[in-house]
Amino acid sequence: MHDNIRIRTTINGEPREFLCEPRQSLLECLRDILGLTGTKEGCNDGNCGACTVIMDDRIVASCLVLGAEADGATITTIEGIARGSQLHPIQRAFLESAALQCGICTPGFIVAAKALLDQEPHPSEERIRLYLANNLCRCTGYDKIVRAVQQAAAMEEAPQ
Amino acid sequence: MAEVHIPAMLRELTGGRSTVEAAGATVHEVIEDLERRWPGIRDRLIDGGRLRPNLSVAVDGEVSPLGLREAVEPASEVHFVAAIKGGA
Amino acid sequence: MSDREYAVVGTRPVRHDGADKVTGRALYGADFDAAGLLHGYILRSPHAHARILRIDTSQAMALAGVKAVVTAADFPQGSDRMVDLGEGDVPLSYVRGNLLASGKALYRGHAVAAVAAVSRHIAEEAAGLIEVEYEPLPCVLTAPDAMQEGAPLLHEDLKAGNAADHHQFAMGDIDAGFAAADVVLEREFRTATVHQGYIEPHAATALWNNDGRVLVWCSTQGSFVVRDVTACVLDLPVSRVKVTPLEIGGGFGGKIPVYLEPVAALLSRKTGRPVKIVMSRKDVFEGSGPTPGSYIRVKIGARNDGRITAAQAYLAYEAGAYPGSMVVPGAMCIFAAYDIANVAIDAYDVVVNKPSTAAYRAPGATNAAFAAETVVDEIAEKLSIDPVEFRLLNAAHEGTRRADGPKYRRIGCVEVLETIKRHPHYNAPLEGPNRGRGVAVGFWFNIGFASSCNISVNADGTVNLVEGSTDIGGTRTSIAMQAAEVLGIAAADVNPSVVDTDSIGYTAVTGGSRTTFATGWAAYEAAQDVMRQLKERAAKLWGVDAASVTAEAGVFRSGDKVLTFGELAARLGETGGPVVGRGAVNPKGVGGSFSGSIADVEVDPETGKVSILRFTSVQDVGKAIHPSYVEGQMQGGSVQGIGWALNEEYYMSPDGTMLNSSFLDYRMPTALDLPMIDTAIVEVPNPGHPFGVRGVGEANIVPPPAAIANAIYRAAGVRMRRLPMNPPAVMEAIWSQRD
Repeated sequence: MHDNIRIRTTINGEPREFLCEPRQSLLECLRDILGLTGTKEGCNDGNCGACTVIMDDRIVASCLVLGAEADGATITTIEGIARGSQLHPIQRAFLESAALQCGICTPGFIVAAKALLDQEPHPSEERIRLYLANNLCRCTGYDKIVRAVQQAAAMEEAPQ
Repeated sequence: MAEVHIPAMLRELTGGRSTVEAAGATVHEVIEDLERRWPGIRDRLIDGGRLRPNLSVAVDGEVSPLGLREAVEPASEVHFVAAIKGGA
Repeated sequence: MSDREYAVVGTRPVRHDGADKVTGRALYGADFDAAGLLHGYILRSPHAHARILRIDTSQAMALAGVKAVVTAADFPQGSDRMVDLGEGDVPLSYVRGNLLASGKALYRGHAVAAVAAVSRHIAEEAAGLIEVEYEPLPCVLTAPDAMQEGAPLLHEDLKAGNAADHHQFAMGDIDAGFAAADVVLEREFRTATVHQGYIEPHAATALWNNDGRVLVWCSTQGSFVVRDVTACVLDLPVSRVKVTPLEIGGGFGGKIPVYLEPVAALLSRKTGRPVKIVMSRKDVFEGSGPTPGSYIRVKIGARNDGRITAAQAYLAYEAGAYPGSMVVPGAMCIFAAYDIANVAIDAYDVVVNKPSTAAYRAPGATNAAFAAETVVDEIAEKLSIDPVEFRLLNAAHEGTRRADGPKYRRIGCVEVLETIKRHPHYNAPLEGPNRGRGVAVGFWFNIGFASSCNISVNADGTVNLVEGSTDIGGTRTSIAMQAAEVLGIAAADVNPSVVDTDSIGYTAVTGGSRTTFATGWAAYEAAQDVMRQLKERAAKLWGVDAASVTAEAGVFRSGDKVLTFGELAARLGETGGPVVGRGAVNPKGVGGSFSGSIADVEVDPETGKVSILRFTSVQDVGKAIHPSYVEGQMQGGSVQGIGWALNEEYYMSPDGTMLNSSFLDYRMPTALDLPMIDTAIVEVPNPGHPFGVRGVGEANIVPPPAAIANAIYRAAGVRMRRLPMNPPAVMEAIWSQRD
């Protein structure tokens, strides 16, 4: 058996502390230890983006990050995107634009799109496609996802 | 008489005919009528009292879930087609 | 477009499960948890073909944290028999054999044993400690090779060798047809094995409960299929298995077969605890069912005036390890867009040492259309006729007889072609070197089958709708909308739930483009039942005859008496109690769907890379219940078709190993590879359905590879006859043309 390591993080604005094995990925820790199952496993080798989370201001594939590496980090997962009981504009845009079908890739896309719009509030279609190129979707063909991100960008600039 | 279309691989049983006439108010009766004239054809279509599981029957162009019990009108066309199951 | 004006059908409400799906709250197969949960891992054969001589699980069992190991020996023993699990009669040994191999491993990835342990990592470690003694055998990987005399045989009990099934269609006089032609072309095509590529791996949890019932929670396209297969394989009556479907992350046909649930149940029986098994991505590629690779020959003859006089096809599809490729649907669809008097088709279902194939969105039809639509394009060019005009000259219509026999009822092939012909994309100039435009059309039957639905009325004027179709693409909402239309209330006032197999009547798979059609119909019937009962309640309140009560747009009237749906709903208690409506259907009236693709491509003459510049999907959907989700189906199927056309394949080594079993090298389209996908919804209402629905899910994947091949020809001057048309393949074609 391996000795467990103690990890201290901030997840979705809350301090979270947990024990994990050295071999467990951040994705496993989120899902299996912390019960945050909104982040999904699609491939476990960094090629589908379903496990995307924001870690210290950049998006990462949480399957490629060890739980141990998250010690001291600030992490945002899909569970932390909504503003209390109000959906984030990106979430509303995905629903209004019908930008999801099965929904399994949706958490990864929403987290990645939030990171994009936080850095670039008015990205071009090309920039959106480039930034989201590591998020695979098999249902939608990406058309409505790209339009949802464009819509969210427009919603954010409208007077609140 | 209903017009029954014989699947290509069963035409050896009907002397090469691709279309034959048969009498019957249901698909089952129609098959019994075919069997009277071309013995052996029933076994290729029916197994254990129902249509072979890889077959469906289409009456007048519509696949029927009732199978052998589907009603057949005097001028109906009856086809035995491969059963299409779930894709996605 | 259809004429009827509807209040709800045709609008675009937000989907009912939306909040859960954008917040990560929706629970998919792998998200399930239970007290005492154990984790399963499946050991898979490294050999594509081998006898299994001995399995020794003792070292695995000795590892700390391991609770059970199972093999095929743990299935109930007894003689083999034929079983009908909804796919036609198959030997029970085949069904069990694909779950856990017995006697032989038939493909690399074939499940051989399974372990349950306290963690996934320990289960995987333990699987590595299971000793399996194999006797490797020669393997065979393509249909033509497997059909050769002397090819290695997969199943000694198959009388015809590896060609497990042969099917024929014939109409008219094929020789006379070709004799009457001015142009005859015959071409050969090959397509590689391709995976559905759903982002969510298979996941299931089973508990063999202390009361003898087997409880299952899983991602599936058909909870009743999981129930029936699990019960059959374990020799249990179906009532002893209860399946609770969780949300499903894509299926496309690949999550209709059952892989995990019976194995998890066996592990649970041995341990007394719930066991969850989740496939890795590699296991999904190597252990679940891709779609067949194929060899197809097409010969078409036409007169100078453009009329096709004869069409012939030979199709040999790889079934994988067990018989049952979808070669027959492929054979039925291959010339389905055309009115041809003389047709001859031979279709072979051939076993090979690859994973046992499963359905993939209009299964069999895409391979077939790649071949036929390329030859059609070539003939049209030889005759100097515009490719859309040529198709219109020969288009199938109501009354056309299809090769498999039946005549079409009302069908939208001509309308799809005319939409293409008029479409701004088809008429836009395409300038620049190495650019070309191609078109193609395709067909899929769609299916009916059984669905059930219950609707109960709430006192606040809303209704609860209970159904059993797992929701892969928004069908909770398309079904709720049909009920709302009948009831005269808003879609948001219908509260849909997808429930387990104990809680709703039998419901067939979410697949075959049937869900909005058939489960929607069940909801329609349940809603009609509710309306009948509500009219009686209103009549009771008013003291009038129920026959005098009318209902329109959510308002009940008799004479000058009026009650809204909501007002009536609040008074059910005083008029007799709850109102519950039910619908159970197994409908006829299925309507097939035609689809067309227009593709603009640019071919890089130095690398062979094909870029999609512009893409339009056209499809006759009968009636678009929720146009946004209909567009989504057309876009999604088109992009799967684009991936199939340009990059996707099982890259096999000669010993039967898939060398690219990861998303890095099994290259599916990303957002960066594509432009927006335009859609044109055609509505030729299906006369068989209350709202005219045909079902949209599948036909849109059929034409894209052929449309892209036809575009590549116009861009680079080469005819592609193999899929995928990846950069090396395109370059080879360009170079051989230069030589």
